[in-house]
Amino acid sequence: MTAKTSAPARRQRIPAALLIPALLGLAFLTLPLAGLLIRAPWSTMPQRLAEPEVLDALRLSLVTATASTGLCLLFGIPIAWLLARVEFRGRSLVRALVTVPLVLPPVVGGVALLLVFGRGGLVGAWLDEAFGITLPFSTAGVVLAMTFVAMPFLVVSVEGALRGADIRYEEAAATLGAGRWTVFTRVTLPLVAPGIAAGAVLCWARALGEFGATITFAGNFPGRTQTMPLAVYLALETDLEAAIVLSLILLAASVTVLACLRERWTATP
Amino acid sequence: MTPVLDAHLVADRGDFRLDLPLHVEAGETVALLGPNGAGKTTALRALAGLQGLSEGHVALEGRDLDRPAQRHWTAPERRGIGVVFQDYLLFPHLSALDNVAFGPRRRGVGRTAARERAARWLARVGLEELAGRKPRQLSGGQAQRVALARALAVEPTLLLLDEPLAALDARTRLDTRAELHHHLSRHAGASVLVTHDPVDALVLADRLVVIEDGAIVQEGDAETVTARPRSDYVARLVGLNLYRGRSEGRNVRLDGGTVLTVADPLDGDAFAAFKPSAVALHAGRPDGSPRNVWEATVTGVHRHGDNLRVQLDGPLRAAADVTPAAAAQLGLRSGQRVWAAVKATEIRTYPD
Repeated sequence: MTAKTSAPARRQRIPAALLIPALLGLAFLTLPLAGLLIRAPWSTMPQRLAEPEVLDALRLSLVTATASTGLCLLFGIPIAWLLARVEFRGRSLVRALVTVPLVLPPVVGGVALLLVFGRGGLVGAWLDEAFGITLPFSTAGVVLAMTFVAMPFLVVSVEGALRGADIRYEEAAATLGAGRWTVFTRVTLPLVAPGIAAGAVLCWARALGEFGATITFAGNFPGRTQTMPLAVYLALETDLEAAIVLSLILLAASVTVLACLRERWTATP
Repeated sequence: MTPVLDAHLVADRGDFRLDLPLHVEAGETVALLGPNGAGKTTALRALAGLQGLSEGHVALEGRDLDRPAQRHWTAPERRGIGVVFQDYLLFPHLSALDNVAFGPRRRGVGRTAARERAARWLARVGLEELAGRKPRQLSGGQAQRVALARALAVEPTLLLLDEPLAALDARTRLDTRAELHHHLSRHAGASVLVTHDPVDALVLADRLVVIEDGAIVQEGDAETVTARPRSDYVARLVGLNLYRGRSEGRNVRLDGGTVLTVADPLDGDAFAAFKPSAVALHAGRPDGSPRNVWEATVTGVHRHGDNLRVQLDGPLRAAADVTPAAAAQLGLRSGQRVWAAVKATEIRTYPD
């Protein structure tokens, strides 16, 4: 009893061997962000933001990231449902395959996409012949590259939510006369909505920051395939201040995403 | 009259086998009563179509729902069976009204009509003013009533209730039980109630089916089951001392070897039962009229209503009820030796 009451009063000693690396690490994580804020050309910011190149890149990034999030939802939720609810042979293999893009270097992803969807690729050649559709070096190609790298975030998040959802709600819905599809749309989806939202936000943030796969598969054409990260990289060589402004916009987007997720994760459903 | 529900539920789960014939008539409420793990919930899930049968059949109003021998099985959504789940499972994202309207909507009723019907059912369970609330804003008793309304709103031929009052505190339970009884007696279809609480079963059901280890040990109306228990489980539930033995005239030789003298002559395998209050305890061997007397050891003393319930070990394991005054006089404590006596007229015997 006495030990319990006196414990909080006792000053906690933090070993220097832990404290110093922790502080150094924190500085390493925060200083670059501070540098970005300090070096930002605040006085000319409004004009810089209004420049057509910046606006083009921003618009393109928002449109493509949103479109790829849409694709991720469309295909990712069914994948997550299969992984969470259907027992089938090779399920763990499928799960591993789905998560490969998480660990794969994005450039490799871009090369792989090029091999399949490029003009001479397996699917690309057929698309070109049958429909005259060319995906590489087009805005659609940007969306494809983003979807490839972002989908695992959605699948992992939604599968986790589905596994956590009480399957007995679905049984209750079935006893009330709901078929499997109705159960899915009326009960399962609303139950895992927070997980889907979190997954979509993560997915969108990943798509927004996509660089390697995009530049490999879709190239770097202003207004068509030049998204924000590509524009930052290009501006770095010619106009440092422009690069900083673009970077700040991406930083703001990241912080907003983080804030959204925090609310999701701390809020009780 | 053919029963609404005609079922023979056979389901295997590892070493456990449920083998339960069950017939319920229109307007009748049957309680499946049994200890945990007896197979009650398995039976309920099999009826609802949430778990497959390995043998047997389920037929509702003459329509075959399940018959594994003919590879016939009906999905839960096509059964017309309403279920009130143990923890209600109200959809957390829907209001009370939409929870109740869910079933009618799935059965092709239009949105407005379904909500009107839901509102009528909520009114019937006395919750019309809480229609807009989400399940998390409802108390346990209110959630139970919404769950009941939701199950009844599809006008099921068969209503299943899984431990409908188990999640409620004692006070709410009393009110909700009375209310549930009212609704069950008005329900035109058949009802099957699963419970491990004998009070729920006695109040709510017209007939009890007691199951243990997946099989029926006793079946009958409340009066028969409580007056003539046929298993230790039921005897404990209704608070009787129950023994199995062989009766010859007025003597019953129990399985342990003890012979009880009883008032009603009977021949053959028999049960002998007496109330704890029929047992008198004495410090020394009592004399007087011929009755059943034995020496016993006190193994426990607990409060039981206004009296004390004394657990006795010895040639007969029995429970005895004594007044606190008598207990004080005897100075009852664990390990003490006492003499127990039961009059022959207090012992009821009935054939095994």
